[in-house]
This record gives sequence, structure tokens and C-alpha cells, in this order.
Amino acid sequence: MNIIVCIKQVPDTTTKVRVGKDGKHIDPGGVKFIVNTYDDFAVEEAIRLKERFGGEVTVISMGPERVKEALRMCLAMGADKAIQLWDPAFEDSDPYTTALILSKAIQQLPYDIIFCGKQAIDRDTMSVPVYLAELLGLPQATLVVKLEVDPNARKFIAYRDIEGAKEVIEGLLPAVISTQWKLNEPRYPTLPNIMKAKKKELKELNAAALGLDSAQVGEKGSRVKVLSMELPPPRSKGKILKGDPREVCRELVRLLREEAKVI
Amino acid sequence: MSGNIWVIAEQRESELKKVTYELIGEGRRLADEVGSKLEVVLLGKNITHLAESIGFYGADKVFVADHEALEKYTTDGYAKVITNLIKAQQPAIVLFAATTMGRDFAPRVAARVGAGLSVDCIELKLDENKSLLCKRPVYAGKALVWEAILTRPQMASLRPNVFRPARRDESHKAEVEKVPVEFAPGEIRTTVKEIIKGATGKVGLTEASIVVSGGRGLKGPENFYLVENLAEVLGAAVGASRAVVDAGWKEHAYQVGQTGKVVTPNLYIACGISGAIQHLAGMGSSKYIVAINKDPDANIFNVCNYGIVGDVFEILPILTEEFKKLLAES
Repeated sequence: MNIIVCIKQVPDTTTKVRVGKDGKHIDPGGVKFIVNTYDDFAVEEAIRLKERFGGEVTVISMGPERVKEALRMCLAMGADKAIQLWDPAFEDSDPYTTALILSKAIQQLPYDIIFCGKQAIDRDTMSVPVYLAELLGLPQATLVVKLEVDPNARKFIAYRDIEGAKEVIEGLLPAVISTQWKLNEPRYPTLPNIMKAKKKELKELNAAALGLDSAQVGEKGSRVKVLSMELPPPRSKGKILKGDPREVCRELVRLLREEAKVI
Repeated sequence: MSGNIWVIAEQRESELKKVTYELIGEGRRLADEVGSKLEVVLLGKNITHLAESIGFYGADKVFVADHEALEKYTTDGYAKVITNLIKAQQPAIVLFAATTMGRDFAPRVAARVGAGLSVDCIELKLDENKSLLCKRPVYAGKALVWEAILTRPQMASLRPNVFRPARRDESHKAEVEKVPVEFAPGEIRTTVKEIIKGATGKVGLTEASIVVSGGRGLKGPENFYLVENLAEVLGAAVGASRAVVDAGWKEHAYQVGQTGKVVTPNLYIACGISGAIQHLAGMGSSKYIVAINKDPDANIFNVCNYGIVGDVFEILPILTEEFKKLLAES
């Protein structure tokens, strides 16, 4: 199987967000970057399919020079090849243009299945996998917590995590699958594999190599534009109740009914 | 171009989801501000009767696509019907629910009509040109951005439990228009085999108006019933902290936090949860937060509206009993 995984490099979950000087992005100072949490499940699932059915895993990411580090991590996990998509024109791409850039790279490759994390934990849109499926003319299964693939029948069955239930859907490959937490247990790269990963192919493609005009991508091509970023108002410290358990419980119930009016 | 405001209703099993009323409430507000009509699109099978009730909530017109193939939600089914309708009617603004359903098909529709889509919005406003601006959380709510949508139509999906729902007024009636629906064989490329209900209670975590969550303070999975009992009395959904999920006490479906579900209920009750930054990112926008923790220095007390410093094993049974009494009275 030819398996493609789209990943994103994002700030670590422990990052304390500060607004940068331009008032539109976070201040990157001191931020530690990681492979997007949900993408780990995408990479793991891809490697497991390869181990089971044979084939090749190609990891793709759009982003500046530092993204190579994230791609190397995926190679160390067991992916075979990596492609970094970058061009100064890609800066400030919205989810649609990001998917457009990814789709141009994928169209140059053979593929049977494409994995993405269900969302990137920076912009949190969940939209890129769907735009990507649309641009490639493929069906999709988003928020997948369990996946069965039959490469001979070219079929998949995906268990999707929806509100209060799991939805089981069936479709034909190729398809775009977006991965939810607990789809699998992502492996940690071992030291020898980290060393080996340094020798694996990591290609760079820019706008011209992807056949993209700079007006189609980045801020110019985007349909949604960030105007400003702010921090949420801090929550003020509330009433702390101490003392006899029965008394404090009664007081809490009273406050919730009479003051907050939520019960 | 009709220039109207549109809401895409969400129903499952012929029942309108609460978020639909929230979309109608916000859509009505925008329509009144621009002086246009509010039109609602409803898809499903045997759902035409719901159109009248949508009128009671303030819609001027309801487009109903009632078809066998729309009985269960599919990406392709919904995307096709809504795209065709938008192309024919040309609304100015289209609002979707930022649910697993809305987030699954709205980008398809946006791509097909060439529209920008702002997702999971918590506030909308119109600028001086009556162009839509959307506020949405990023980094799981650690920051907020205002976005402009540079296309026509403009599209946004709205986070459940944030916008004020429309009020029912049975004197308000909507015009109902049936939408012809046709699918070629194989046009809907995925089939729904089964919907397995369960996990987090009757209401999904993200749509619940009350959430009761448990953390490591419960000491073990065998004690989670304390949280579940309280949730049952309140008709709440059950959540859990990452520590509890990582320890294997609860499935990931229960996890509230940056790498779990982001919830915005009216009331969030954190039981034995310390309040790690990861967790706060997932529940920090709840309207009211109650914290119960033994440790008076727990970080959760810095963000709660009401806190009880006490042992969850002692507090939870009493609290459950007190709520039961109150709810029996009213």
C-alpha cells in the first residue's frame, strides 16, 4: 500500500501562550515544538498498515525549516520518506490553502490511503482533512478511533467518535482518514531508529515545484484572515467554602440555584 | 443574490439538536441587523413536520430536504444537497453547528462554493459593511482570534452551548419549501453501518449543559461511581481528567482537556481535579465552574466560581443528596 500521512508541527501542549508583537500570532519565544498530538496516531496507523500489508509510508508537512525536525521524528517512528513543503509565499495560509498545498504534493504521488490527525492543536479547526479529501475528490472518515482496511477489496470500515456514540461507516479506498486519540498506541522512536532516520529521504518542494502561483496560497490565497489575537479574560477567584461538609454542600446548592441560576 | 442569513439545522433521529435553536437565535439577530430574512435548511427523512416548529423559533422560511438517503448523516449526502441549494439561492451568510457533524461537511460545502469558513466560533459581529467577523478560540482556548471572511457567501460554524437559543413563539410561522433531492447510485460514497450509543451518558460531553468530571483525587476507577451518581441526579454528562484517562480508569471519550474534548457547559463540576493547564484549556470557558478538592492550593481553585475545600469521598455523596432534595422540591 502507498500510504501518505500529513502532519503539522505545533507548540507543545504545556506552552503558555503569549500574543506576539504583531498582535495576530503567538510569541514564538521559548516555545517548544512537537509533532501535533493527533498526528502521532496517524503516523502509527500508517506504519501498522505497512507492517501488515507491505508498502511505503510518506510523511508530508507544510512549514518552515524547523518542520524538518518533526518530519525526522516520523521517519524515526518508521515512515520511509518525508516531504517538506515550504515557500515564503505559504506564510499565513488558512486551512483551505493549506489543504490546497498538501493536495498538490499528494497528486504527484501514488496513494491508497491518506492519514491526518483529526485537528492540529494550534488552530484547532479540524478542517484541513476535509478540504484535502474534497480537493483530491476522495471520500473521508473523520475522528476515527478504530479502522479496518481490506486492501484487496479496497474497502475500509471506520469507527467515528461522535457526540455520545460511535458511528461506523464503510467506504472505498482511496480515502482520507482523520485520526482521533486512542486509535492506537503510538510508538516512541528508538535511538537506533533516530540515527537511521537521518539517512532517509527528506525532499523539499516549493510553490513552483507544486505548480502553485503565489496568489493562490498563503495570505493572498486565503479566504479567512486573522485580524487580531487576544488572551481570554482571566477568571477571577471565586467563593471558597470551608467547614462542615453538610453546611458547605447546602450553601453550594443554594448558590448554584439562587446566584448562578444554573440548577 | 438573496442576501439572506442561513442556518443549517442539525437533527438526529428526527430530533432537532439544541444547537439548532442556538444557531437560529444568532441567525435571527444577524438577519434583523442586516434587514434580511432568516432561512433554515433541514435535511433528513420524515422530518418535514419539524419545519413548523422551526418557524416558531423565528425562521422566515424553512427549506426541507426530506429523502430516504438522508435518513442517516453522510458527508456526501449533506454536502451535495446544501451546496446545490446555496448555489441556487445565494445566501449572504451560512451558519453551521460546530459539532462532529457540522465540522465534517461544512468545509466540503465551503470549498465547493468558494467560500471562507470560520469554525467553532464563540462570537459573531458585523462590521460597517455588514461583513461577518468571527471570534474563535485557538490553542484550545488559551488565546482567541477575530477572523474576517473574505468571500461571499460567508460561512461560520458556531460552538454549541455558547449562543443564546431562540425562544419559542407559536404565533411566528415560517414558509416551508420542499427541496427536490436526487442521488445517483454510488454518489454517496460512504455507508453508515451502525451507530453504537454509549460511553459518556445520554448527552454527549460537548453538548451537555452540565458536566461532572472526576480526577485523580478519586483514587481509583472503583470510586468513579461517586461522580456518575452526581451526574445522574443532575442529568449531566460525565467527564474525566487526562491523568485518569492515562491511568486507564476511563476511556478517552471521557477526557476533557486540550487533547480531549473542549466543553462549554453552563455548569462544570470538577471533582478531585487539580487543574493542570491541559485540563483548564478544555473547560475554562464553562459559564460556572465548581471545584471540589482536598488541597486548598490546587490550581483549579484559581479558576472556579465556587470551591469546596474537602474530601471528594465525603463531599460527593452529601452533595448528590442535597441536589436530589432540591430537584425533588422543584
